[in-house]
Amino acid sequence: MDEIFGIPAPLLFGQLLLGLINGAFYALLSLGLAVIFGMLNVINFTHGAQFMMGAFVAWMLLNWAGLGYWWALLLAPVLVGLTGVLIERTMISRLYKLDHLYGLLLTFGVGLVIEGVFRNEFGSSGMPYRIPAELQGSWDLGFMFMPIYRGWVVVVAIVMCLATWLVIEKTKIGSYLRAATENPALVQAFGINVPRMMTLTYGAGVALAAFAGVLAAPIYSVNPQMGANLIIIVFAVVVIGGMGSILGSVVTGFALGVIEGLTKVFWPEASSTVIFVVMAIVLLTRPAGLFGRA
Amino acid sequence: MSQIHRRGLLGAAAAAPLLGALPHRPARAQAANTIRIGLLSDFSGPFRDLNGPNSIAATRLAIQEFGNRGFNVEMVQADHQNRPDVGVNIARQWFDRDNVDMVLNLAASSVALAVSELARERNKVAIATSTATSDLTGRACNANTIHWVYDTYMLAKVSGLATVRAGGQNWFFITADYAFGHALERDTANFVRQAGGRVLGQVRHPFPGTTDFSSFIVQAQASRAQVIGLANAGADTINSIKQIGEFGVTRRGIRVASLLLFITDVHALGLQTAQGLVCANTFYWDLNDRTRRVAQRVLQLSGADMPVAMSHAGDYSATLHYLKTVADMGVAAAKASGRDVVARMKRMPTSDDAFGEGTIREDGRKMHPAYLCEVKSPAESRGRFDYYKVLQTVTPEEAFRPLSEGACPMVRT
Repeated sequence: MDEIFGIPAPLLFGQLLLGLINGAFYALLSLGLAVIFGMLNVINFTHGAQFMMGAFVAWMLLNWAGLGYWWALLLAPVLVGLTGVLIERTMISRLYKLDHLYGLLLTFGVGLVIEGVFRNEFGSSGMPYRIPAELQGSWDLGFMFMPIYRGWVVVVAIVMCLATWLVIEKTKIGSYLRAATENPALVQAFGINVPRMMTLTYGAGVALAAFAGVLAAPIYSVNPQMGANLIIIVFAVVVIGGMGSILGSVVTGFALGVIEGLTKVFWPEASSTVIFVVMAIVLLTRPAGLFGRA
Repeated sequence: MSQIHRRGLLGAAAAAPLLGALPHRPARAQAANTIRIGLLSDFSGPFRDLNGPNSIAATRLAIQEFGNRGFNVEMVQADHQNRPDVGVNIARQWFDRDNVDMVLNLAASSVALAVSELARERNKVAIATSTATSDLTGRACNANTIHWVYDTYMLAKVSGLATVRAGGQNWFFITADYAFGHALERDTANFVRQAGGRVLGQVRHPFPGTTDFSSFIVQAQASRAQVIGLANAGADTINSIKQIGEFGVTRRGIRVASLLLFITDVHALGLQTAQGLVCANTFYWDLNDRTRRVAQRVLQLSGADMPVAMSHAGDYSATLHYLKTVADMGVAAAKASGRDVVARMKRMPTSDDAFGEGTIREDGRKMHPAYLCEVKSPAESRGRFDYYKVLQTVTPEEAFRPLSEGACPMVRT
């Protein structure tokens, strides 16, 4: 059997693939963050809680309304996105004129409150959520057994990222959005309702987080802290990719998933640290991030 | 466009864990005739469910059942957030200012070790009911501390040995990379080797902050081990088991030894995913009429939709025995010296509905039987929280580490 750095090649391929799958979650989450930051200039610290809400709404739909995974994939982002709209309208929108740190503190606080409420209601060890029947089982790839569900996650994440990118880069509404990011006053003068666009953008970013939450529910523990664990890494991804860069966050998300996956083979103890090492190196050499404009 | 300083963002991220709950402060009223019990535990973090509301209810139940025997009993509680510095600060305030006589629960080994040492300094009583490390009655033992419920040695021996005997010879460990995980892995590996098994490898995952275990699971499979030993706890264990199921590991004949699995974890996993797992417990609510009664009353008081775990039973049992001892020796003497209370607790046999009859050993180890349990399948489960069938009852002497092997300085051999 061929070996690469003392690790059998098949095992390494498997790990690369798994890294890519984890990268899919990073990409989806950092995409939402990047969209929100690009448009609203708010660093959405509630993102982790909204990811968690997505998973919990999936659980609620199943247990309270009898609606399974596929419905959850559709409904949870909409429902959680609506709460995002509410938060933006009632709170975040009041802070645009103030220093950005206020937005950061507000979203951070809102995130803590949401997590606390869920912890009070559902406890800390979480809720069971099963893989949908259609996606159970695994493929034998020769070098590893690949659960079908993981393959599904990677495909859906790539499609979602591509769709978001297309909407922002290639459609009319996307062009309004980009224009409003550059110069909101001018865009407003052309008769476009910029505040409403900001609200919808925030809602869409939040919906992306909830979508990732539903995807995560069958494979990660559905508990109130699930977002808090992931979100710090995702922030590092956004910083490395360049704040607000859509393409940057997606590419970096997948790339860091792979780097983390490889670290789990060669030096597992450091696997949670490696992303921050990469971040430090990137900040030292390219302070605006890999894809950011200084 | 970006005007937010990264430093500010990262600083805020780093400060996140600091913004926890502040300790609950008791009223200043002090009376020489009042015994104060401080429940120090995790009320907001990953170990909340195996402590939290049910622990408060269990302690309260013991106080209620004990009744009024000529002195008042009060309970205070605080969240140590699983951080030794926070835990020690709260305990110090309780001991020095608030007249607390006994601290209870002490979830998270690191907190228990630190608070136990403080209890020795201040001559108070520390009873660990939700703590894993067997060092508490080993090298770190002291005359003011009692360790109730379970420890890493018992878990390793009862579930580790049983797995080897059932034919699981070759092991691969997935271990949380901190003191608790290392201790559990070490203790289990010893028993595996003693029983003629082999350890083929291990992987240490960062704690906290690991959510995806797929990479480790694939490594374990590649090692061709027959048993994957999970030396982690709480959400890590839940995530590991969930993903092991996803990768179809058990369908290919590989066993999973979840070395520390609480009934609250089974509740979170669901029987469909958890069925067939084997774990060690010292309390299961459905053992007999007495345990059912305790569990029912705890749930009545807490109103929580969470099964009563062995840690909750420990809070009940320890509080009851402590109060009986105080009544026996008198409040004044009990308040004067925690060491005397603990010495007396060791001389008195324990008896309660949760653990039955038992004793406390010289090194502070509370002795009671352990149970090897298997998680039922959804078809076998008949009602709410009906999760385990008991495969085997292990005597206290067999389950816990022999007195002579613990290296506790208080024990003269």
